[in-house]
Amino acid sequence: MLEPIQRSGFFLKKKPPSTHAPTARELRFCSQGTRLHDSTTSRVSLTLPSSLESVDTIEHTAQGFAARAGFDEDTVPNIAMAVREAAVNAILHGNSYNPAKQVTASFEANSDALVVRIADQGTGFDPGNIPDPLAPENILRGSGRGIFLIRAFMDEVHFRQLHPGTELTLIKHRTPAQPAA
Amino acid sequence: MSMKVATRQVDGVMVLDLSGRITLGEGSVTLRDAIHDVMAKGSKKILLNLGNISYIDSSGIGELVSAFTSVKNAGGDLKLLNLTKKVHDLLQITKLYTVFDIWDSETSAISAFK
Repeated sequence: MLEPIQRSGFFLKKKPPSTHAPTARELRFCSQGTRLHDSTTSRVSLTLPSSLESVDTIEHTAQGFAARAGFDEDTVPNIAMAVREAAVNAILHGNSYNPAKQVTASFEANSDALVVRIADQGTGFDPGNIPDPLAPENILRGSGRGIFLIRAFMDEVHFRQLHPGTELTLIKHRTPAQPAA
Repeated sequence: MSMKVATRQVDGVMVLDLSGRITLGEGSVTLRDAIHDVMAKGSKKILLNLGNISYIDSSGIGELVSAFTSVKNAGGDLKLLNLTKKVHDLLQITKLYTVFDIWDSETSAISAFK
């Protein structure tokens, strides 16, 4: 396991690929937070306190990571917004701004997709129990559109219950317009 | 960039020129306070100029909806002016585009209050 390194007030944790030991080349690119070539993977992981500043940090990281991964200028803001909404859910609804709880955000880009995982340490929730914000009885509600927007902007959204907490996995596939090289 | 609000009155309509980001936290609170302030001063015809809003998240969308319902419940009217493409698209996918009265021309929007 690699040691986390302190950078700009938050932890930037370098994680090796799960399937094989990291090469020196992978470690070099991981530490720079930039993308790698086809067969390799770039990864960045953040562990942050439950604050609004952390939401902004995660959003900005997503924006830069998606841009470096080669997604186009129309897609990058949508990815950043989806990740922001996931971070808000984790910090506001999951951790309830509890300073003793942290949120983790990991970003991974490979030749097929961008994968973002956001995890909180809250009590968890049932994703099947989220009201439809488009339903007439909900359309004028002042909240409840976050998960909807995440699903609208990402290709896949998965929920996983942790003990404690919830992990959201957001996946955006590459299209022919966003080649891996 | 946090959100900023400038208010001006045009033919009995309170126009709020918003700029920056309407997001969870400061931006949403600023908008809520601005709506509250103009309503407390008796304004019931409110036009939100979103031409310089660079970004809005689900919290900001919710704040727009809350502002709309607050003004409507007080017997007033709230309209939107100069949506950016991003805000336009968000209101489309959340099906709020047909809820709000949206204008591209300030003159036309002001006239529509009468």
